[in-house]
Amino acid sequence: MNRALPLIVVALMILGFATLLLVGVPAAQIWGIEAPAGLKPYTASEQRGRDIYVSEGCVYCHTQQPRSPSQGPDGLRGWGRPSTAADYVYDAPHQLGTMRTGPDLFNVGARLPSQGWQLTHLFDPRAITPQSIMPSYPYLFEFKDRAEAGDVVVPVPADFRPDGKTVVAKREALDLVSYLLSLDHTYPVSHPELRDNGFDHEEGGS
Amino acid sequence: MNITIGTLLAFSFVASMSAMLALIWAISSKQLHVTQEDAKVIFEEGKEPSFDDSTSSRSSSSALEAPALERRYRFLLLFMFGSAAFWLVFGSFFGLIASLKLHLPEFLVSQDVLTFGRMRTMHLNSVAYGFLSLSGVGVAYWVVPAIFKTEARLVKLALVGAILWNVSLFLGVGAIAHGWTDGLEWLEIPWQIDIGLAIAGALLAIPLVVTVRHRHVHHIYVSGWYYLAGLMWFPVLFLLANVPGIHHGAQQATTNWWFAHNVLGLWLTPLGLGAAYYFLPKIIGKPIYSYRLSLIGFWALALFYSQVGMHHLIGGPVPTWVVSLSVVQSVMMIVPVIAVAINQHVLSLGNPWALKESLPFRFIAVGAIMYTLASVQGSMEAIRAINTITHFTHYTVGHAHMGAYAFVAWVLFGAMYYILPRVVGQEWPSRGGIALHFWLVFIGFVIYFVALTIGGWLQGLAMLDPARSFLESMELMKPYLTARSIGGGLMTFGHLVFVYNFIQLWRRSRSYLNSPSVANATTVGRAES
Repeated sequence: MNRALPLIVVALMILGFATLLLVGVPAAQIWGIEAPAGLKPYTASEQRGRDIYVSEGCVYCHTQQPRSPSQGPDGLRGWGRPSTAADYVYDAPHQLGTMRTGPDLFNVGARLPSQGWQLTHLFDPRAITPQSIMPSYPYLFEFKDRAEAGDVVVPVPADFRPDGKTVVAKREALDLVSYLLSLDHTYPVSHPELRDNGFDHEEGGS
Repeated sequence: MNITIGTLLAFSFVASMSAMLALIWAISSKQLHVTQEDAKVIFEEGKEPSFDDSTSSRSSSSALEAPALERRYRFLLLFMFGSAAFWLVFGSFFGLIASLKLHLPEFLVSQDVLTFGRMRTMHLNSVAYGFLSLSGVGVAYWVVPAIFKTEARLVKLALVGAILWNVSLFLGVGAIAHGWTDGLEWLEIPWQIDIGLAIAGALLAIPLVVTVRHRHVHHIYVSGWYYLAGLMWFPVLFLLANVPGIHHGAQQATTNWWFAHNVLGLWLTPLGLGAAYYFLPKIIGKPIYSYRLSLIGFWALALFYSQVGMHHLIGGPVPTWVVSLSVVQSVMMIVPVIAVAINQHVLSLGNPWALKESLPFRFIAVGAIMYTLASVQGSMEAIRAINTITHFTHYTVGHAHMGAYAFVAWVLFGAMYYILPRVVGQEWPSRGGIALHFWLVFIGFVIYFVALTIGGWLQGLAMLDPARSFLESMELMKPYLTARSIGGGLMTFGHLVFVYNFIQLWRRSRSYLNSPSVANATTVGRAES
């Protein structure tokens, strides 16, 4: 260990080896798989909504990757079937998440399909669930004395409306909700081998 | 498919194990010529090493007698440590606000800049890329010339790099505040701004490599291995992960966690271990316990740590084999951790007087112990049976802070407390101020860690119980999240004390720095060179 160059070369080779295994080979397995028949590309509004989801940092409290029934009761909570790599072919950046301060949202469009519910919940989560610790997002809404033509009025309970005004969703809120409602993965599973089946002992894994 | 899994797993495991065996053989048959004598290169030649820490009255050295540093080099160190301190306080406040929001959900919700998802992200980027990276590289700029008994080269280039790093990071954190983000954990800073960070990183790495080339000692001390490798690893990681437009979907998640865990393992850990391997023996005046063991510790870290990232995707939508590979390598991390533990803790725990006598030593030794605890905890957490409980919970947040904060940050605090008096030629105005900093962050961290560890575990158990609603797992966290804010508040207060100490030292040294002999010093003298 008296020479810098061999040390640097070997250190980089080790990283290269790890990169091949953790980045290269999974890419070869996952790239090029076809989207499941039931999965649609995002519409313009859904994509705008997804961009808001990303920029607000929703991923830091919500995952989008239900676990298998052999690992946890995610399916029983209505979060959906265990996801596979095929479910994310239209996603960039990915929003799998690593934290469940709030529930998993992989299937939220199927679980909570009401636009009014979603808008109210974004405006003030405590209007729906008093003990919720989710932030409210008042800046995605406008407050008007009277709704105008074309306005989407949010059905906020009277106690939660500022000065009794009418709460109207801004386009950002409508886009975000259209993204949330697009998260419906009730179609049949595709590429079940492209997920971590390490908890499914009966099926033998793979 | 089964062939792919089996072959790759076996291939990787056999490759790692044979490399380890080859290394053990190479050491035992003296192929690598590392001897216990080499561990003493950090001491002054021909002189019995002794206790060296100017915060103690028993020290053999004094900052007042330290030779004056070349002006530009001194400015570089002060700039790196000063800006690191800025990012520390800046990032701590974001962290504290994010923490408060989790139990006071109506706190600061009127604007998007203030929402939890942005505050938390500004916290992480400020402390990881601001505080830890800048102070870690700053310490490397002290240690590398010291272990090679030469002066730092291309200091001007490094200064340009440090300034560019700060400017780019400021733009990056500002972008996140305004919702412009790449959207991946640890990779939020937009790639357009990342170009600035990449150039700055290169400008900081090149002078250190050039310094190594001009060394006056034959042997590269263990700290040098960690620094050299880390300075090569980070740019590769950073560039590959940030190339826009190629990664997407579940594949992007593997790249994301390959990067994110390697930032800890191959960047922050080398910065922390490199410093600890130098300062622990240097301050105490005794070489590390077994120098050959440090060789195994280093290469095993490289081999195993580089492959652990997929344990963040256990149970997720990526192939089983790659997850299993990371689980195996995470458990194998026990090897380098034990090697480092034997080397460092035998030295620090065998000399308890030094923990009491030297505050920098205390910071570094306790930080090094936290490395062992965090790593063993990390290996446990990667095991499927445990991960299924702790995954997706605040338990992980407690673990992350044990590694990045209690280990890396504390080692760097200690290193800065050792270095700064020698940079400005003055002693710290108050030993009590340093002790106050230590106890605030220590007690704060213990509260933080215990709260999130217990709370996170209960959260995980609740989430796995089909008889309990999800809401229960959220509600039961509230008291633990409140306790975390109290711990975080004490840590933040400790950081303010650190900045106060720093400012007092600097005020005290202004006349010294302006004196003609110091202002015109041309060589980077060192007590031991």
